[in-house]
Amino acid sequence: MKPASMNLTLHVWRQANAAAPGRMERYDAPNVSEDMSFLEMLDVVNEQLISDGKEPIAFEHDCREGICGSCGFMVNGVAHGPQKGTTICQLHMRHFKDGEELFLEPWRATAFPVLKDLVVDRAAFDRIIAAGGYVSVRTGSAPDGNAISVPKEAADIAMDAAACIGCGACVAACPNAAAALFTGAKISHLGTLPQGQAERSRRALRMVEQLSLEQFGSCTNIGECVAACPKQIPLEMIARMNRDHLKAAWTSRGEHRSGGE
Amino acid sequence: MAATGAALYLFVTVHLLGNLQVFLGPDAINHYAAALKSVPEILWGARLGLLACVGLHILTTVQLARINNKARPTAYAKKANSASTAASRTMYLSGPTIAAFIVYHLLHLTVGSAHPQFSETDVYSNMVFGFRVWWVSAAYIIAMALLCTHLRHGVQSMFQSLGFNHPKHSPRIQKFANAVGILYFAGFASMPLAALTGILPPFFERL
Repeated sequence: MKPASMNLTLHVWRQANAAAPGRMERYDAPNVSEDMSFLEMLDVVNEQLISDGKEPIAFEHDCREGICGSCGFMVNGVAHGPQKGTTICQLHMRHFKDGEELFLEPWRATAFPVLKDLVVDRAAFDRIIAAGGYVSVRTGSAPDGNAISVPKEAADIAMDAAACIGCGACVAACPNAAAALFTGAKISHLGTLPQGQAERSRRALRMVEQLSLEQFGSCTNIGECVAACPKQIPLEMIARMNRDHLKAAWTSRGEHRSGGE
Repeated sequence: MAATGAALYLFVTVHLLGNLQVFLGPDAINHYAAALKSVPEILWGARLGLLACVGLHILTTVQLARINNKARPTAYAKKANSASTAASRTMYLSGPTIAAFIVYHLLHLTVGSAHPQFSETDVYSNMVFGFRVWWVSAAYIIAMALLCTHLRHGVQSMFQSLGFNHPKHSPRIQKFANAVGILYFAGFASMPLAALTGILPPFFERL
């Protein structure tokens, strides 16, 4: 059976570079197969743009399997589109109706400047990770397996938190452009494991400090991030971050800052 | 914000329980009011403490709003709300409205300058006659509805900000907070409604 096809109207944010002003532009997407992914639909639109001698729509993507965290933009005001727990690359066109009008916009946040069209610079996330999202280990010979026992409950929480792919949908969906869910997931991931205990206080202090340096907003606990998260990271992770940060802030002796610089 | 919110939440609880004594008759509430005012040091200590809480609550909100406005300078052409409650999205609306209401409320039933027949000692009559004006009662009831939506998000948010969120306990806390919010609204709204409908008669009609 031939898959059903549909005609869509796209309104896409076009911006030549970080310094240029952007605007919404209208495109037709005719004969879209319901079996296409959203990005494949854009690929087809771009083929047409290229053959018309126009600049194709820039969007970020890599694995197209929903696991790398590269892709993502707003579809009708919802990060990664209407399908719950799904990245935009895994969203298929069968979830849309013939004749629908779709508004595609990049993540909008001071901390995520637009580079081009739907592509934003998410280096702020990398700097948050660099501030404390790691555990220090002795390199060299591999440690013995299972030398450190991990309680099942801790492993479960850490795995739930580690599901974060760092796509930035939480920031995009948040009315405050806060990155609390991302940072909360990273802090909870390492903070619940035995291997993460040594740097737990310092990690919370440094990562939360970096969070405000990057000009992300402040969390007001409303939960839009959780609804947008393609990995469905729970709000509990933000509370875990707050808990670690409060505890560390009370008990800190002021040694958490990195020296130099 | 969480700490001052918690303190103000406690005040609202005590304030409600104290004022519900109006249903026990003029003597009960007038004696209660006199007892509250009997030691000026305690009375003014509490008043200044509350004022400090309100001030800090507003100050931290203004700081938060400034940070958050800077975090997204360009608005989305289209933005949908998926999970947030209406209560959580209207905190910036319910908060200032409640603040304005508190000013009116103080002028009405504490200072008395916004009350046509104010008495320093007869709290009962102040309430009954004050609430007999329908639009005054309407303002009180609307303000209390906003206060309860403010608390609905506030309570959940306070626990979250202080780092308490547990899959077993948090849904129960939220249900409890919602029930308390409705109960508080019913409690506060019952007083103007009772005065309007004549369930709370003026003192002389009770004789």
